[in-house]
Amino acid sequence: MKARYSIFSLARNARNYHENWTEAWRSPQPKAEYDVVIVGGGGHGLATAYYLAKEHGITNVAVIEKGWLGGGNTGRNTTVVRSNYLWDESAHLYEHSMKLWEGLSQDLNFNVMFSQRGLLSLGHNQHEMREIHRRVNSNRLNGIDSEILGAEQVKEFCPILDTRPNARHPVLGASLQRRGGVARHDAVAWGYARAADDRGIDIIQNCEVTGVRIEQGRVLGVETTKGFIGAKKVGCVAAGHSSVLATMAGLRFPIESHPLQALVSEPIKPVLHTVIMSSAVHVYVSQSDKGELVMGAGIDSYNSYAQTGSPPVVENLLNALVELFPIFSRLRVLRTWGGIVDVCPDASPIVSKTPIQGLYFNCGWGTGGFKATPGSGWVFAYTLAQDRPHKLNESFALDRFINGYLIDEHGAAGVAH
Amino acid sequence: MLLIDCPYCGPRAELEFSCGGEAHIARPLNTEAISDAEWADYLFMRKNPKGTQYERWNHARGCRRWFNVARDTVTHKIYKVYKMGEPKP
Repeated sequence: MKARYSIFSLARNARNYHENWTEAWRSPQPKAEYDVVIVGGGGHGLATAYYLAKEHGITNVAVIEKGWLGGGNTGRNTTVVRSNYLWDESAHLYEHSMKLWEGLSQDLNFNVMFSQRGLLSLGHNQHEMREIHRRVNSNRLNGIDSEILGAEQVKEFCPILDTRPNARHPVLGASLQRRGGVARHDAVAWGYARAADDRGIDIIQNCEVTGVRIEQGRVLGVETTKGFIGAKKVGCVAAGHSSVLATMAGLRFPIESHPLQALVSEPIKPVLHTVIMSSAVHVYVSQSDKGELVMGAGIDSYNSYAQTGSPPVVENLLNALVELFPIFSRLRVLRTWGGIVDVCPDASPIVSKTPIQGLYFNCGWGTGGFKATPGSGWVFAYTLAQDRPHKLNESFALDRFINGYLIDEHGAAGVAH
Repeated sequence: MLLIDCPYCGPRAELEFSCGGEAHIARPLNTEAISDAEWADYLFMRKNPKGTQYERWNHARGCRRWFNVARDTVTHKIYKVYKMGEPKP
């Protein structure tokens, strides 16, 4: 059992100049075989491992990561957390995730800096306002807090927005989810890793999966750069590389990998106390605790595995941003980067069994996976442990592309994350 | 930003084009007979390769014509631009 982090442990370690902190997780060599091998050591994979141990008592588990923990999309997203999705299936899943977020720091004994600072989705025209009304009503029927603000109330809530009627992007109103907000993305990966390790789960970094061994329709384990690792069950949570893993297993997936870019400005004093997103001009922005504005937009249109995108996407984002917030116009961009997101045709994830026995996939989260991290891990752990989906993810099966029961969040709520 | 050599207009910036995704996907002809799974394969399943991808582009803000591109999805290097109807290089 690890020593708990607390104000007292902080004070105790301060006396020793912080030289006696113990490692947060081990770096073990892989065993020959595990009950469950999770491929992908991002937030979703680590959360899956943690809930396997916590909820289902399965601790003979390895998480295999080709790079370092949270070095993929977990450390590259814009950290927005919300649950105001239109369709029932998504709403239930993301709201379950939101409830886990609300107790996550205590649960993990790791401060994930979850800050429910509210999330405002702007409406710039009549049609968007109708859509906002529809979505807010749908949210409330699903028990998710959501409210509509008029133009005046938006101005009051966020005075630095340009809400003049003759602005380039006039603000007619907005939807507000007060429980929405941001969290520290690295801390989520580290917190889950530490808590999973504490329950005996092996986290193996710098170990890339090169093949999936399957015999007679049943998975036997994975080939890796550290040799073969046997497994009764394999859960793939590889985000942008899901198609690569699927191809190794001889499956075809409805996924395309695209770059999604984000950027931060130079740090400034507190100026933006909430998260603002606009689907019409496709920009979302919040201010980190360091003071940087954290911004993102839509995906680049072409397929890529390069973790970089094209400058015009960033330029469009910044054009829209300075129209919305004239006060930001003289800020300088500090850093831009890209991540590779796995986009499904209906902008909804796949958390599912596959035709191969013992092989499971959790992927297709596209541009909005971070907010789902706890819920995604929770339902995937259930699916792995019970060999059947939980009620919350049974609609997110792979066969929905065959039976036609898509969960179309494109343009509904899934457009901007 | 990609520099794409339109077969009709010459090299132009990526801004002028829109990407049409994976190329060489033929619509099934025996539409009455095929199963839901076969439809799904045509409609939704994609190769999404890490490496060379054969894809369609449209010169939307130029000649508005479609053509194919062989491009590396890791390096973004364009190997070849070829016209619709031509076989994969």
